[in-house]
Amino acid sequence: MSVVASDLASHRFAADLGQSQLDRLAAIASTVELAAGTRLFEEGGQATSLWLIRTGRIALDLQVPGRDRLIVETLGPGDELGLSWLLPPARWQFGAVAQVGVSAFELSSAEVTCLCESDHELGYQLSRRLLDTAIGRLQAARIRILDLYAAPSRTASGSS
Amino acid sequence: MNDCRYPVRYRISARAEETHDTVTLTLEPAEDPIAAFRPGQFTMLYSFGVGEIPISVSGPPGQPSLTHTIRSVGAVSAALCAAQPGQVIGVRGPFGTSWDDADAVGRDLLLVAGGIGLAPLRPALLSALAQAGRYGRIIVLAGARSPADLVFAAEYDRWRDRGAEVDITVDKADARWPGQVGVVTQLIGRADLDPARTTALICGPEVMMRITARALMAAGLPAATVWISLERNMQCGIAECGHCQLGPLLLCRDGPVVNFGAAEPLLMVREL
Repeated sequence: MSVVASDLASHRFAADLGQSQLDRLAAIASTVELAAGTRLFEEGGQATSLWLIRTGRIALDLQVPGRDRLIVETLGPGDELGLSWLLPPARWQFGAVAQVGVSAFELSSAEVTCLCESDHELGYQLSRRLLDTAIGRLQAARIRILDLYAAPSRTASGSS
Repeated sequence: MNDCRYPVRYRISARAEETHDTVTLTLEPAEDPIAAFRPGQFTMLYSFGVGEIPISVSGPPGQPSLTHTIRSVGAVSAALCAAQPGQVIGVRGPFGTSWDDADAVGRDLLLVAGGIGLAPLRPALLSALAQAGRYGRIIVLAGARSPADLVFAAEYDRWRDRGAEVDITVDKADARWPGQVGVVTQLIGRADLDPARTTALICGPEVMMRITARALMAAGLPAATVWISLERNMQCGIAECGHCQLGPLLLCRDGPVVNFGAAEPLLMVREL
C-alpha cells in the first residue's frame, strides 16, 4: 500500500524532514501489516529492507544450538528495524519475528541507497538518524552487559 | 508516639516469594505501631540476633499492617527472607523523605523501576491508583534481569485494569517470553510522554537511575520534575550517626527520595 508524506512524517525517523525529502521517501515506502508470528528475516539472509515500526512489537533473535532462540532485543513503535544493509556484506546479523501484530512502513534498502546517492542532503539526514539508532542500541547493549540488576556480591562489611 | 531509636515488635502475618531471592513480608504490630508512613519512606527492619537493615515499605499506605519486599543479599536480609509467619521482628521508623515531595497531582505520573526498585515505588503507584482523577496518565516502566526476576508480576494486569499503563522489559529472555527485551530507558521513547506535564519517580540501581534520569531530561523533562531514591549505609535513621552521608545530605533524613537536579552533582563525586 502506498504511503503519503504526512503519514510518514508521523514516525520519529522521518519527523523534521523537509517536505520534498518526505515526498521522495514516501514515494519509495509501502505500508505493511504483519500478523503475530510472521518472520521477517533469518540470521545470515540478504539484508534488503528498512522497516519503520508504527505499532506492535518485533523481536530480534538468535538461533542457539540445543536451546530455544534467544531474544536479543525487542523493537516497538517509533523504532527502526534493519540496519545491516547499510554496510557490506549486507547480511542480517539476527533474525526478526513479529511478536504481536505489527504495522510498519517498509523501504527497499536499494531504493533508499539510490535516493541518498542522488540527494546527499537527504542522505546526510538519514545517515544521522540511522547513526543515532545504532548509537542508542550500542549504549543499551553496554548497559545490559553491566548486569545492573545482579545481586551485589557479599562482603564482610556487607551486612545487609 | 514510639521512640524511633527503639524497635517496635511486629509479627509476620504473611510471606510471599516474589522470585528465587526476593520475599514480601506482611507485618502486623504486636504492640503500639510505628507512625504512618508515606510512600517512598523506609523502615529499619531488625532480625533479632542477626542485625538491622533499611528496607523501603512496599505496601499501600493508610493500613495498620506494613509490607516490605526484601532481597536476600547478605546476612540480615537472608534472615528476614527466611523468616516465617508467626515470627516476630523489630521495626523502627518510618524514616526519610517521600515521593509526596514530587507533588505530581494534576500531572502525568511516570514511575520507572529497575529490579527490586519497583518495591519502593509500589506504595506511590497504589496510592495514585486509589485516587483516580488526581493524576493524568499513570505510567509504569519496569525492567528486570529476566522474566523470573520480575517482582509483583501477578499484579501488572490488575494495575492495567485500574488505569495504569504498564510496560515491562527484561535484559535477557528466550523466545518463550512474550514481552519486551532491552533496557528500561528504551521504553521511554515508546511511552509518548508529554515532558511539560510529567513527573518522574525512579528507583533502581544507582547507575540505572542516572541513565534513566538523563534519558528523561533528553526527552525534555526538567530536572526539577525527576526524582530518584538513593541508598547509602543507613543505620540510625535519625541523622545522628552520619553513616549515610552523601555530601551535604544525610540520606536517612534528607533522602531516600531526592530531586535529581540536587543529586546529580553529588553522584558524580567519586569520593562520595
